[in-house]
Amino acid sequence: MTYLNAFWVGGLICVVAQILIDKTKLTPGRILVSFVVIGVILGGLGIYDKLVEFAGAGATVPIVGFGNVLAKGAIKAVGEKGLLGALLGGAQAAAGGISASIVFGFLIALIFNPKSK
Amino acid sequence: MQYSKKEYLDYLNQKSPNSTIIKDIICAFLVGGIICVIGQAFYDLYNKAFGIDEETARTAVSVTMVFLGAFLTGINVYGKIAKYAGAGTLVPITGFANAIVSPAMEFKKEGLVLGLAAKMFVIAGPVLVYGITASAFVGVIYYIIGLMGGSL
Repeated sequence: MTYLNAFWVGGLICVVAQILIDKTKLTPGRILVSFVVIGVILGGLGIYDKLVEFAGAGATVPIVGFGNVLAKGAIKAVGEKGLLGALLGGAQAAAGGISASIVFGFLIALIFNPKSK
Repeated sequence: MQYSKKEYLDYLNQKSPNSTIIKDIICAFLVGGIICVIGQAFYDLYNKAFGIDEETARTAVSVTMVFLGAFLTGINVYGKIAKYAGAGTLVPITGFANAIVSPAMEFKKEGLVLGLAAKMFVIAGPVLVYGITASAFVGVIYYIIGLMGGSL
């Protein structure tokens, strides 16, 4: 059941982005930025975790889930460390994804070459 | 009924955008959904089979998906899927990895520092800037709510 929910919720989030691309001519970069910020807002309101409970990776794998992780991290760190936590928590919670993107991104771009045109 | 060439082209312009959009949407739905199902499979592997706690397992899934997205971009497979899948390959975290590797490879010829490394962040940079800034705002708002005696 989780797999079915992951499939259609994850698919639907992508459909929203696809409609935005086709209908508004928003660039992919702007879509990614908007979706992360939407994730931060929904995470800040505590709404997104309900979707994660329901859809699992269908909610965490889309970039919106990355925003949710950032917001939850900031909230948790504020609870533990006070105001400074607002600066610590987000990046801390997302450190794995961010560092993986940098390290793997760097190594793969170093090893492979773009398809010759 | 005969169409003149112009009438026919007008007719095509009128009809084709919508059918393309429907095809785009179906492709985005299927590919985006499948990528999430793959993520769920890794989650179950880490959480249920390896017994890793939920939060760590989710991070491990992100790391795995980022690697896959980066690798498939490196071997020129991700771009091919993206041609059909559109947002289906953009929105999952694999698309974030793709947005890093793709320009980095492209600009490698301009050097390893200002080419490869700098261009890694053409799209990822703004995502981090807005994402982290927004999360800091959320943290500050929670801090203020806490000061006012609200429940966190």
